[in-house]
Amino acid sequence: MPARVVVLGGGVGGTLAANLLDKDLRRDVHITVVDPSGMHDYQPGYLYVALGEAKGHWLTREERTLLRGDVDLAIERAIRIHPDAGMVQLERGGELAYDYLVIATGARLVPEAIPGLSEGSFEFYSLPGAERLSQELARFTGGRIKVGVAGIPYKCPPAPVEFTFMVEEYLRKRGLRDRSEVELLSPLNRAFTIESASKLIAPIMEERGIGLTTFFNVEAVDPGAGVVESLEGEKQEYDLLVLVPPHKGQQVVIDSGLGDPGGWLPTDKHTLNVEGQERIFALGDATNLPISKSGSTAHFEAPVIASRIASLIHGSAPKENYGGRVMCFLETGNGQATSLRFDYEHPPVPPQPNRAWHMAKWLFNRMYWETVPRGRIPENAPFSKPKESAGSAH
Amino acid sequence: MTETIAKTLDLKGLACPMPIAKTAQGIRDLQPGELIESLATDPGSVPDFKAWCISTGNELVEQTEDAGVFRFVIRKKG
Amino acid sequence: MSTRGADAVVRPGETAEVTRSIDARGMACPGPLMTLIGAIREGQVGDVLEVLSSDEGSKSDIPAWVHKAQHQLIEVVEEDGYARFVIRKAR
Repeated sequence: MPARVVVLGGGVGGTLAANLLDKDLRRDVHITVVDPSGMHDYQPGYLYVALGEAKGHWLTREERTLLRGDVDLAIERAIRIHPDAGMVQLERGGELAYDYLVIATGARLVPEAIPGLSEGSFEFYSLPGAERLSQELARFTGGRIKVGVAGIPYKCPPAPVEFTFMVEEYLRKRGLRDRSEVELLSPLNRAFTIESASKLIAPIMEERGIGLTTFFNVEAVDPGAGVVESLEGEKQEYDLLVLVPPHKGQQVVIDSGLGDPGGWLPTDKHTLNVEGQERIFALGDATNLPISKSGSTAHFEAPVIASRIASLIHGSAPKENYGGRVMCFLETGNGQATSLRFDYEHPPVPPQPNRAWHMAKWLFNRMYWETVPRGRIPENAPFSKPKESAGSAH
Repeated sequence: MTETIAKTLDLKGLACPMPIAKTAQGIRDLQPGELIESLATDPGSVPDFKAWCISTGNELVEQTEDAGVFRFVIRKKG
Repeated sequence: MSTRGADAVVRPGETAEVTRSIDARGMACPGPLMTLIGAIREGQVGDVLEVLSSDEGSKSDIPAWVHKAQHQLIEVVEEDGYARFVIRKAR
């Protein structure tokens, strides 16, 4: 009798975990992916939609087309997880029993948590939001554009910095730069959380006349007055405000009593077990690990979970651990980017922004559908220590 | 191979994703139908070049390996 | 060796009961400070948060933000290869 694995969430982590398990175990496993929309979205593309550089239809595909043939897809919403019974309850009344559960439910946006945010600002963390922002930019005739963060944790720490660089370039191309200001409102005491990367980008921001406000964590927006307020007690005026909305874990996690105050799942940083649960694993944005909420995190975690579940199904001790591997790009405008590669043992050593890394990100974006969710890239390639030489262009 | 190669890129020692990034940059100067040759040592290049060609429509004409060096010959689409 | 914030609600000799402990050692991004800010935002007034950080910069970054945001830095304890920050959400 095949072991039953249920995967909640058909995003990058859930899809990859399901496909890897199926590839490895074949008839020894029966896998069901549960996803409320049945659609798989490539979220890193929203940034480009916001800047008018891409169209939304390119960014979404039917999850069914990404899953291997023997993997079942239930287009349903899970409403409660019952760990003791080994069962997931579905919204329309059905139940799914599991031997092993992978929670890959991601993060959702909760803009209502910040007064005035929806009325007074724009975001590129959803496709409708990105489209709305691109329309607003197309109508923009000059003024103060401010980019900030209205809740922590949030997906993709580079994104607001990338948007800031790219919108400054956008204004130049539209001939609006001399009658506009661009300001990054950082939640921290520098432009970007990774200090070595922040040191690289700070001079570029200065060169391009991009302002930086530090220790600005958005607490409220006053749409009428065009003012954004921080919890640190500062206020700033804006003409166009772009904010990362607050994020929360999914309702099913909260309703099942498994999440912390933010709805995030307490997870072991190496084994990826949900704390106290031998048969439940979590990956990606859904965990409470203080690591990047990024697609690459989910993408590197999925093979670890697949391997651990496969070992358990075969009755042997799981061996693979997640070493904290993450790989992100950071666009700096003008056709350049840097890359952030690190794990728990190796801090990032980002290269000076260059054209090759911008090309690499562009390629990754185009190749995503053929590679990552299908498990067709060398996710287990040895982590190559970033080159430390000052002259390295890579 | 009787056709001439328009450009050769020595990408040995570069790690994923640099081999395809450099190849994508290098192929820009070519005319449609011309051939580019990339030499790489990263084993990850093998699935990378396959996936890149599927995604972009460029043709992977030849792919060989000799003593740890992977050789890719790609025809620019058009 | 530990240092107390000047206006710590927790008096000398008392130990603060930690509401939430975050092990951010070896975690480069979003980083210990960003993680702390998130935990403060998600928590209740009076919550005591503990953050473990192996990042040298945290020793100045964390106290700077805690001071600016008007929370209480209860103590900073140097351990072997990392530091432990204990902060109370004051408002």
